[in-house]
This record gives sequence, structure tokens and C-alpha cells, in this order.
Amino acid sequence: MSIDTGDRTEAPARAESRQWTARMRHAAESAFPPDQLLPDRQPAYMASWIYVFGVLTVVSLAWVIITGCVLAIMGPSWWHVSSTGHFVNSLHLWSVEAFFFFMVIHLWGKFFMAAWRGNRRLTWASGVICFLVSVGAAFTGYLSQQNFDSQWISTQAKDGINSTGAGAVFNVLNFGQMLMWHIVLLPIVVALIAGMHVLLVRRHGIVPPFAEGDDDAEAAVATGAVPAEEPA
Amino acid sequence: MSPDTKKPRRFTPDRDVKPWKGAYVPYDILKEAFVAFLAVAVLIILLAVVFSSPDEPAVTLKTWSVVNPVDFAQTAITELDGTSGTASYGPPYNSTPDASQHMGFFEPDQWFGVHQPIDTAQDFVIGPLRTLPNQPVTQAALNLYQSASSGQQTAWTTAYEKAVANATDVNGRLKVPAGRYGPVGAMIGSLTGMAQTGGLDGTLLSEGQFYNTNYTKPLLFLADGSYLANLGAAQHLSGDQWGMMNETGNYPGQAWLWLYTMWYQVSPMNQSTNADLEVWVIMMVLSVGLIFLPFIPILRSIPRWTRVYKLIWRRHYRELAGT
Repeated sequence: MSIDTGDRTEAPARAESRQWTARMRHAAESAFPPDQLLPDRQPAYMASWIYVFGVLTVVSLAWVIITGCVLAIMGPSWWHVSSTGHFVNSLHLWSVEAFFFFMVIHLWGKFFMAAWRGNRRLTWASGVICFLVSVGAAFTGYLSQQNFDSQWISTQAKDGINSTGAGAVFNVLNFGQMLMWHIVLLPIVVALIAGMHVLLVRRHGIVPPFAEGDDDAEAAVATGAVPAEEPA
Repeated sequence: MSPDTKKPRRFTPDRDVKPWKGAYVPYDILKEAFVAFLAVAVLIILLAVVFSSPDEPAVTLKTWSVVNPVDFAQTAITELDGTSGTASYGPPYNSTPDASQHMGFFEPDQWFGVHQPIDTAQDFVIGPLRTLPNQPVTQAALNLYQSASSGQQTAWTTAYEKAVANATDVNGRLKVPAGRYGPVGAMIGSLTGMAQTGGLDGTLLSEGQFYNTNYTKPLLFLADGSYLANLGAAQHLSGDQWGMMNETGNYPGQAWLWLYTMWYQVSPMNQSTNADLEVWVIMMVLSVGLIFLPFIPILRSIPRWTRVYKLIWRRHYRELAGT
């Protein structure tokens, strides 16, 4: 039972606290303060070239999407009959190769940093899932080329896919279906997971180095995982 | 238990971190992203200009039947008598008994059954031949074949299969030694001629409507023959050539599939009839393991044990040693 206190100024505040919109805004502001979302400083240990590969992966993905959009605007057959189209296809291919090259180095770098430490396990998991979905996105791209490569890859890959039962709904020999997966469904998933991954990196910050003495686990006792980016 | 009485969790270096109390340095995240964006643009433009991209033209049933009509006919007879790779494939194309790959009782393609039904005799041979207009000899051969008993059909197809093994290519025309194969010779000869004109490509692609995007049938027919396989092997794309991560020509392919294709090269998968399922299971287990690696003892300690991090953060540790 609610009690009317007579104070009408509290009513809007109470109403706002029940709003989905207000709650969402408060949660976002709490999770991502502006100086954490777009930081202008980083811990001093971030002095290694390995950190460059994260941003290189993101911008390569941007180029994959941009060049893919140009190919989508002109249609799937364009690049076979136009020298300009072939050049855009080349840009798309090399941006994909760059994307995977940078992403794999990024992944190995994060592995050797044990970058899941300090409540960053979801950051790690989202990165791995992004890699796995990207493999699927690239694979459907190879199936959508409409050339010998597509014919060969689809007829070879069908056996693996079919053996899992997935071939019942995911027919690699169906060009139309694979094209839709490549230009709609999988890019959406990759973009969402990559976005989530970047936000998690911003939320938790970059993982600190192992402390001297971490090798002696028996000696160290703490209260648990702590975000790296403490105010200086 | 109240929060006040909760015991502090024991520090585990492979899971926890100590808060950073050291210095911070200026860092312009947007500037870095912009410079990286331009750098990657320069990189991919250079690679595209210098190396371009491969575009090996697709092969067709027409090119196959013109270039190698003997292989085409040898494949077509297996589609008619039900011994081709597709005819005996099992799910999702048909329900051939004992055709599914399995690991003990684990036989996932049986759970979903037949979803793209294909009757190779009807879909690849009889059906397309029935669409040929003004071919009374072919239609009469089809009528004779379809009205015969299954025993008679088998006798004809078996005889033709033996004869076509010694067939020759005479200026692009199929020449099959004489034999007691009844109407089958006329049927396969007519199908070869139909393929050589390009008619079979369109007929197999047709789904009864003007627009079509499903190439399942022509691709399966192509894959049943030796022509496509030989072209793939010549481009170093076969499974035993690590072909999954290769590309036509000398271009880099899906190099990120190296681990997936590696399993096909090692025992027992390289000898197994269930290799596809076995490799997929291995890769699924490894993928899930990689996702949950932060929870897996021993594996999550590898970074600390290998001490590669000392190289990554060498400046940090050097400064620590200097203070």
C-alpha cells in the first residue's frame, strides 16, 4: 500500500525511476562514464606494439564493411564484368585478409597477457566468439563469389556441414541463401559482438601486467578481481 | 552469510589482478583509430593494386561434357543406376541406409533427416530428358526404360556401365562400345548432347520459376564426376593438399582454417569414413574450450608459465627493476 506524503515534487522523480528509458540511461551512464568510454589517458604499461593490433582489427573490419557495401550496392555479378568492380572486390579480399591477420595476432597477444584476468572473462569470450563468427562470415563470402572457387569450396564443405546435421537448414550449395547469410545475418552478428567487445574493453580497461610475485600464488591474498583503471 | 562476514576470495594470479597504482600517460584514442584507418586503407589499396584478386571462371555441365564427354557419361550412368556419390549420400539429400557419418551412436544428420530431397535418376537424368522437345527416339527410350522391371533396368545400366568404361571421345562426341544396354545408351547419349548444348545447366537450376538462386543440383552433379575434382587438385585445393586454406592461383586463402584442415591430414581422420564429423567435433570442442579458457585450470596458467608477457610489458618490468 502506498502512502501519500503530500510532497508532490517527489512524484516525477519516482515516476522517472520506474521508467525503462530512465533506468537504461542511468545504467549506461554508470557503466560507461564519458571519460571511460573515450579516455584521454591510459596506464603507462600500455607501451607495446601489441596493443596496436586491436585497433587495426577494428579498422580492418570497418574497411571490410565499407568495401562490402560498395559490392552490395552494385550487385553480386558486378565485380565479374567490371574492372572497377574487380578492384573493389580486391579491396574487399585484402581487407578481410588484413582483418584476420590482425585479429589472430591480437588474440595471441591477449592470450599471452592472460587478458581475461580481473573480471575480463566476458571480454575474452566475446573476442573469441567474434573470431569464430567472422570465420563463418568469411566462409559464406567465399561461397558467394560465383566462380570456380565457390563451386569447389561449396562442394567440399558440404560434407562437413552435412555431417553435423546443419546441412538441413544451412545449404552451402544454395548461392542465394549463402549470399543472404554473408551480407545480412553474419555481418550483423559480427558487428554486434565486435561492438560489445569494444565496450567491454572500455568498461574494464586493459589488463594490468602480472605483478612481481604472481608466480607465487600461495603468498598473495586479495579481495578479488579489481578493475585496472583506477583514478591516478 | 552477510557481506561483512564474507571471507575474501583467495587471490589467483591467472584470474585476478592487483589494482594499477602506477602512472597514466596521455592517449588519444580517436586519433589512433583515425591513423589506423588510413594506414589500413593504404595497405589494402597497395595489396589490391599489386596483387588484385583471383576470379577463376566457374565450370559448367556444358564445359565438362564438351571437354570430357566420357567422364560425363560415366558419371551420368551412376546417377541413373543410383551408385553416384549423391545417390548414395544419405541425409540431407536422401535416406540411403548406413550412409550417415557417425561416432558411435552420435549420428546428428539422422536427427534432421532429408531436407533437400534428390532422386538422382529422376532429377539428373530422366526429368531433364523429359523436357527435350522433338526427340521421339529419346522419349521412346525413356518410355521403354521406365516401363521395364527394376531387374531389367539394373541389367541395362550394369551393361552400359561396363561399356562406357571403354568409351572414347571422338572429336567431342561420345563413342560407347556396343552392348546389351537397351535404351540406356540412347538416354545417356541424349543427356550428353543436352549437356553439350548448355541445356542441362538451365534445366538442373530450374525450380519451376523464372528467378533461381539454388545451385544444389548442378553442383552435386558436377561434384560426382572426376572433372571438377581434377581441376581442384590442379589448383592444389584437394583435402590432402591442405586445400581448405588454399586459394586458386597463388593467393592466400582462408589461412585461418589451418587447424581445421590439419585434422584431415592426421591419423585416424585421414583414413576414416567419418572424418568430417570427427573433425567437426574436435573443432567444436576446441572452440568451446577457447571461449571458456579463463575457467580451465592449467590452460589458463600457460601465459604466466611461458612468461611471454615479460616481452610484451618489457618496458614496464624494466622500469620496475630500475626503481
